Amino acid sequence: MDRINSAADFDRLRTGLQSDYAPDHPWITVCGGTGCRVYGSEKVWNAFRDEITNKNMNATLTYDLKMTGCHGFCEKGPLVVIRPMGIMYTHVQVGDVPEIVAELANGRTVERLLYSDPKSGEIIEHEHDVSFYKHQQRLILNLNGILDPFRIDEYIALGGYTSLEKVLGSMSPEQVIAELKASGLRGRGGAGYPTGSKWEMCRKQPGEIKYVICNADEGDPGAYMDRSIMEGNPHRVLEGMTIGAYAIGADQGYVYIRNEYPLAVKHLRQAIKQAQEYGFLGTNILGSGFDFNVNIKLGSGAFVCGEETALMASIEGRVGEPRPRPPYPTTAGLWGKPTNINNVKSWASVPIIIERGADWYADIGTETSKGTMIFSVVGNINNTGLVEVPMGISLRELIYEIGGGIPHGNTFKAAQIGGPSGGCIPAQHLDTPIDYESLTALGAIMGSGGLVVADEDTCMVDFARYFMQFTQEESCGKCVPCRVGTKAMLETLKRICAGEGQLGDMDYLLELGEEVKRSSLCGLGQTAPNPVLSTIHYFRDEYEAHIVDKTCPAKVCKALITYSIIPENCTGCMVCLRNCPSDAITGTKQEVHVIDADLCTRCGMCISVCKFDAILVT
Amino acid sequence: MIRLMIDERPIEVPEGRTILEACREHGIHVPTLCYHPALEPYGACRLCMVELSQPTRPPRLVAACTHPCEQGAVVTTDSETVRRSRRMTVELLLAGAFNDPELLALADELGLDEVRFRLPEEDACVLCGLCVRACQEIVGVSAISLTNRGISKEVSPPFRIVSPTCIGCGTCVLICPTGALQLNDVTGFRSVHPVDSEYDRVYCQVCDDLDLKPSLIQDLEVLLSKHAAYTVDQEEN
Amino acid sequence: MRISISEINQLISQEMLGDGSLISVLEEIQQRYRYLPREALILASERLDVPLSQAYAVATFYNAFSLKPKGKHCLQVCMGTACHVRGSPQVLNRIETTLGIAAGETTPDMLFTLETVNCLGACALGPIVVTDGEYSGQMTVQKSDMLLKRIMRTEEVKKDG
Repeated sequence: MDRINSAADFDRLRTGLQSDYAPDHPWITVCGGTGCRVYGSEKVWNAFRDEITNKNMNATLTYDLKMTGCHGFCEKGPLVVIRPMGIMYTHVQVGDVPEIVAELANGRTVERLLYSDPKSGEIIEHEHDVSFYKHQQRLILNLNGILDPFRIDEYIALGGYTSLEKVLGSMSPEQVIAELKASGLRGRGGAGYPTGSKWEMCRKQPGEIKYVICNADEGDPGAYMDRSIMEGNPHRVLEGMTIGAYAIGADQGYVYIRNEYPLAVKHLRQAIKQAQEYGFLGTNILGSGFDFNVNIKLGSGAFVCGEETALMASIEGRVGEPRPRPPYPTTAGLWGKPTNINNVKSWASVPIIIERGADWYADIGTETSKGTMIFSVVGNINNTGLVEVPMGISLRELIYEIGGGIPHGNTFKAAQIGGPSGGCIPAQHLDTPIDYESLTALGAIMGSGGLVVADEDTCMVDFARYFMQFTQEESCGKCVPCRVGTKAMLETLKRICAGEGQLGDMDYLLELGEEVKRSSLCGLGQTAPNPVLSTIHYFRDEYEAHIVDKTCPAKVCKALITYSIIPENCTGCMVCLRNCPSDAITGTKQEVHVIDADLCTRCGMCISVCKFDAILVT
Repeated sequence: MIRLMIDERPIEVPEGRTILEACREHGIHVPTLCYHPALEPYGACRLCMVELSQPTRPPRLVAACTHPCEQGAVVTTDSETVRRSRRMTVELLLAGAFNDPELLALADELGLDEVRFRLPEEDACVLCGLCVRACQEIVGVSAISLTNRGISKEVSPPFRIVSPTCIGCGTCVLICPTGALQLNDVTGFRSVHPVDSEYDRVYCQVCDDLDLKPSLIQDLEVLLSKHAAYTVDQEEN
Repeated sequence: MRISISEINQLISQEMLGDGSLISVLEEIQQRYRYLPREALILASERLDVPLSQAYAVATFYNAFSLKPKGKHCLQVCMGTACHVRGSPQVLNRIETTLGIAAGETTPDMLFTLETVNCLGACALGPIVVTDGEYSGQMTVQKSDMLLKRIMRTEEVKKDG
């Protein structure tokens, strides 16, 4: 690999590569995202390789094989897409491979592996016709299902690093900042601070040494878009960071990434190495005289380190405790130097904005929230996956058109948006356009884009308790409102779920929640009460049912439910009896069984084994 | 010079002063727990919350001990919002330190009549971190630290056994605002941890003749009474 | 597991990359021994010139570090939101009862360590249990029983053989 020392070198390289990676090149792409790997996509990839090479299929079949990053449609993994046509196969297993290859050679498809629309039952052949993809606008994720993340050449052939070349060759740092400001991009880490303005503040700070940091400490449970970007297209993040460093005047960058994401770390390490070899990182980048390098720092399992001041403390090798702001990191950040921290999605948006122009970008989205947002749609939903949509789309479209609605014919109850510190939005607000302001007005936050769907079987008190438990465990313990306040809230919620709620509990939770939000030191405490406050606001009746009537309407809270057997359905098969871990079920063969309510722990084992729906929960 | 309003009084302070320093200089009472003038401000106890209004932002609560005085800011130290916040903070502090006289007095002052949440065990330590910071910033031995996290956070020497760097000076005891650390925890013993450890406490092997002599305590008191921020100012002048 | 001082020294040297390397060093040690032996923590603090109290604070603050040795097999139950709504608490409960330990503990025979993790980002497959780095998706109470039985059987075979 020769180092690129000028714009001319770069053009020559790119032109050469474009023929190798032409858009109409026939590829069999296997999804290599973490989800699909769990489903066994590596074995599927191996099977394709063996099938093609061993049987010498290439004599008749000209398809090349590659493993890409996450395609996003995790529900249907392992995913295989035949390009350039875009034929999408779902749940592909090793045994399916010979058939797929044979049919491909004959120009046919394997119908049983194609996607079938859950609503219409229609069989859909092409990826771009599937409703999950059809309603998305994929800017950041656009290359995720196409690129081999290990090949920098492919990224270059598809237009990668041209934005960097444009910036270094023809734009001043001030022009780059002006472009970012004009694009209206706001920080995708959650708070939504205008990115261009942040860069400008950092640039204007006196001092020779400045840092840029990519916050990849994606800790929100149920959110994995940052991981997916780093796994699937690591170079775009690096390109964005390099452009940012040039605009700000930094020569050192850090990616702070969770150690729970080994694959993303591996891909990023490889990408940094390749970028250094080509000279997109290092000294005198593309012959411009600009120097920049990136190091990786691994997080060690502390959610609070997603908070920027805690993150910097962690990079410095200390305990990840947040400190008060001001001073803001742009003034005094890492090792006391001006530091610009942005989220993975923000950095990955930068090359796109430079390439397509600020005006084009600012046309997407709403008045105050520009561009696209990636949501990880999880929970009680048909199409679990990563979804990139323009800001301003309605929750309804997101959940029903893209997400395919709620499984098992259940009804939608609430969407928890913005991670564990987000809020629950009920059905009456499904048509609200999603942007920073309207989410805040509804008591939720954009956060990192986690979206958990809850259906009628979800108990909102228990749901709130779950999030409170998470934030309470992740509180660093430095400031009193967060350390003791979240504990007090959690214990109160636990009491309510256990049927020991008292009349004043809701008022106490509301009062305490407001004070924890107002008085906590960092964003964790300042948002932690949101799930509780929003569920009390929208689902007060459920709290009242727990506290006053001592019932759990969703039949979730164990202390408030009992199991019994429906005599008409019970065949006396003894399966539940044998499986009950607490020996709470008695009966003999072909006679109706009985559950002893005192012994029963409501573990759910009998429900999961009963084939006759004979267990009643009341 | 920075000009701002505190409790409807126009106040002028040199740049770099925190709101708390400005308040103390002008005799405005703001309660604190984790603050000590000889140490770097920490912003953990949240008792010193004051209401800050700036032309560009809606009013919000900030910790006076860490927030700098800003040009044109309007600060209220005793509004109902402030009192509500402090009342809740004291209530939460009393959840563990339920017999601390200073906190009880503060509760009285703020009109707090009921503590609605109790931690399972009484612990006078409110994790203000003064002992840890004094040990690091003043004594310079870092014998103790705040360990674990969240509700399990505690002050402890490494491995919860005698610290090899403790010199038994007792600064931590002197600076403790709630009496969680007692002098006899330190005198003669090097371990300051209030919880029994799995190891027997031992006398200092290097300096077993060291005792907390009255003169040493006096010296430390003088050291602690120095105001860090003003020391810097004098040097500049 | 034997703890070799010279080996720890080697690990520290590899990771010493200037300021802020304490966490990287501890990560290396944790990876090598699957816990932070006391000797290693003391050695790291001395070599990196970081007060031991600070190294100890770091070791007890971050979830990735453990001061106690872990069992031969590590079971991690994902407690992320998606797994939670799909029933991971029941799965965890079941494993806890079967092994007779709570999450975060190790069985007395040092065979199993049970942990909970916050979202592994494979939410479509929830509930997820990771056994020694291998993911199992869509777990149920029954499947978790089978999983444990499989591991115990191989252990039995090893003992007998």
